[in-house]
Amino acid sequence: MTQVNAVEARNVVKAFGQGDNTVRALNDVSVEIRKGEFFTLLGPSGCGKTTLLRLIAGFEMPTSGTILLEGADITYLPPNKRPVNTVFQSYALFPHLSVAQNVGFGLQMQGRPKKEVDETVARMLALVKLEPMANRKTSQLSGGQQQRVALARALAPKPKVLLLDEPLSALDLKLRKEMQIELKRLQTETGITFVFVTHDQEEALTMSDRIGVMSAGKLQQVGAPKDIYTRPVNRFVASFIGETNFLSATAESGAARLGTGDLVELPGLTGSGSVTVTVRPEQVRLVDPAEAGAIAATVKTLVYFGTDTHCHLALKDGTEVVARLQSPATGEAGLAQGQSVGLRFAAGAAQIVED
Amino acid sequence: MSAAETAQDKASARNGWLLSTPALIILTLFAVGPLLIVLVYSFLVPGKYGNIEWAFSLEGWRGILFTKDIFTEQYQLADANVTIFWRSIKLSLLTTILTFAVGFPTAWFIATRPPKARALWLFLITIPFWTNLLIRTYAINEVIRNEGLLNTLLLKLGAINEPIQILYTDTAVFIGMAYVYLPLMVLPLFAAIDRFDMRLLEAGYDLYASRWNVLRRIILPITKPGIIAGSILVFVPSLGAYVTPRVLGGGKQMMIGNFIELQFGQGRNWPLGSALSLMLLIIVTGALLIYVRYANGDSRHG
Repeated sequence: MTQVNAVEARNVVKAFGQGDNTVRALNDVSVEIRKGEFFTLLGPSGCGKTTLLRLIAGFEMPTSGTILLEGADITYLPPNKRPVNTVFQSYALFPHLSVAQNVGFGLQMQGRPKKEVDETVARMLALVKLEPMANRKTSQLSGGQQQRVALARALAPKPKVLLLDEPLSALDLKLRKEMQIELKRLQTETGITFVFVTHDQEEALTMSDRIGVMSAGKLQQVGAPKDIYTRPVNRFVASFIGETNFLSATAESGAARLGTGDLVELPGLTGSGSVTVTVRPEQVRLVDPAEAGAIAATVKTLVYFGTDTHCHLALKDGTEVVARLQSPATGEAGLAQGQSVGLRFAAGAAQIVED
Repeated sequence: MSAAETAQDKASARNGWLLSTPALIILTLFAVGPLLIVLVYSFLVPGKYGNIEWAFSLEGWRGILFTKDIFTEQYQLADANVTIFWRSIKLSLLTTILTFAVGFPTAWFIATRPPKARALWLFLITIPFWTNLLIRTYAINEVIRNEGLLNTLLLKLGAINEPIQILYTDTAVFIGMAYVYLPLMVLPLFAAIDRFDMRLLEAGYDLYASRWNVLRRIILPITKPGIIAGSILVFVPSLGAYVTPRVLGGGKQMMIGNFIELQFGQGRNWPLGSALSLMLLIIVTGALLIYVRYANGDSRHG
């Protein structure tokens, strides 16, 4: 049996404005979101991630392309006919209704019997730990509690897909961390497919089963957090997710030659011409400059972060490279500004990215 | 609470009263005072040429609903008066309903324009206020009279063979009042809709609500304060309307306002006029109390 995708977008284009002022918020985006997974759309503001979410929710219609929900074409179905619910960035709770009435609203609109509505509301409030607040007005709740009500309200009708539009951005850091764990727990417990939109790469890495990185209306890369982090396909993905070093080099067979003349081993690399090599700071090791194959560098600045220290280094040709060193290491190595050191990249850490 | 704090509280309360003395004097002189005079007059005997004679009587209050038969000297229900009350209440309710039906989409339209255009639309709504009420009412007269714009147009188009008699009917009064009081409905509705968070519409649609249910379950309950304010602002002056029924009702289709005026003018029955005025005040207050209570109770039960 082939698994049907929860959501599938095929060649979706969404243009806003008319004539010369047309802006393509989505430019030929195709993506498959699997059943029961926590899928994150990650990208900077204005990259089109929220537009894609709104197309799935039905608030906007695509200019061209198709959107499928469990194999059925829902491209032009109005939002109230889609078994999809949204957790809004602003929560959008109904101010005239109590917490319980908010949670029960969707079920009521679906015409479910009162008994079922009441039971589901009670279960949902228990799920988000808000039972004592059932009869409060939503304005009497804290931001975190409102967030939970919004979640319970969207989960209550048991949607096939739950859409979350940067739901954590209004919370303070501590609460946000708690809610990240909470969201992951809810997703596992309910088994509902989550499509989560965020610009926070850390959030994306910690919660998602898979991430779709977006930029300029295009999906740049889709993959598990680890794949995206360790094997970014292009310069944008590499720099948007985590910190990284970029080094200009010339391709040779099985290696890339840096501007300094040093060779970085890259098995499988063929051809010629200029390429960009990327290495994560934590994959840069400091070694004795005399060691064979070490790249000569000078320590420019040391920035202390507690758990680790960022060591900014300059290569011979002036290229800057950052190395992240675990804190005790700096002390032991007795690093100081201006010191000459050798660099080595961890095996398999360096790779080529497209620009 | 310490003794010092208590003393301080008392002092500040005393200061409060002292500071509000000017307002209290003005209120007593210009609001409570005249009302007291009207109240006293309603219990006196009418003078021969208007005014009053200082003798206690309940005739004024009795005259609201009853007339004394000239021959048998017996009281009987005054049908004319009842008709006038009924017409006033009916027309005021209809006016409130029509202004709401027209005003809500209007206010919604204005509130959803970009800020710059909004100011222009609001300005257009308030323009009629700059014109004298009498002139506006005569303008309506000009539109609906037998030789007026509407009838001429319909005759020319062949839709009708003879002019429709609208002027000097209840319908004319109704149209006139709805026109005159429409801005009073639109402005509070606009204020309420302007505060309405449009994102709630998407939340409603997302949670399976149809357009009708979004209107009934989300928009109307949230904008209710504006609806109540607008309804009160239209209903209360409608009930006491004087100029519109006079010009468009032609003196035949009287409302309470005209009836009161009649008592102080040709009727030369000031006590009855005073009693009628107080009656109107009581009806309005009663209507407001019922409305407010109903509105509050409704929000409590969702």
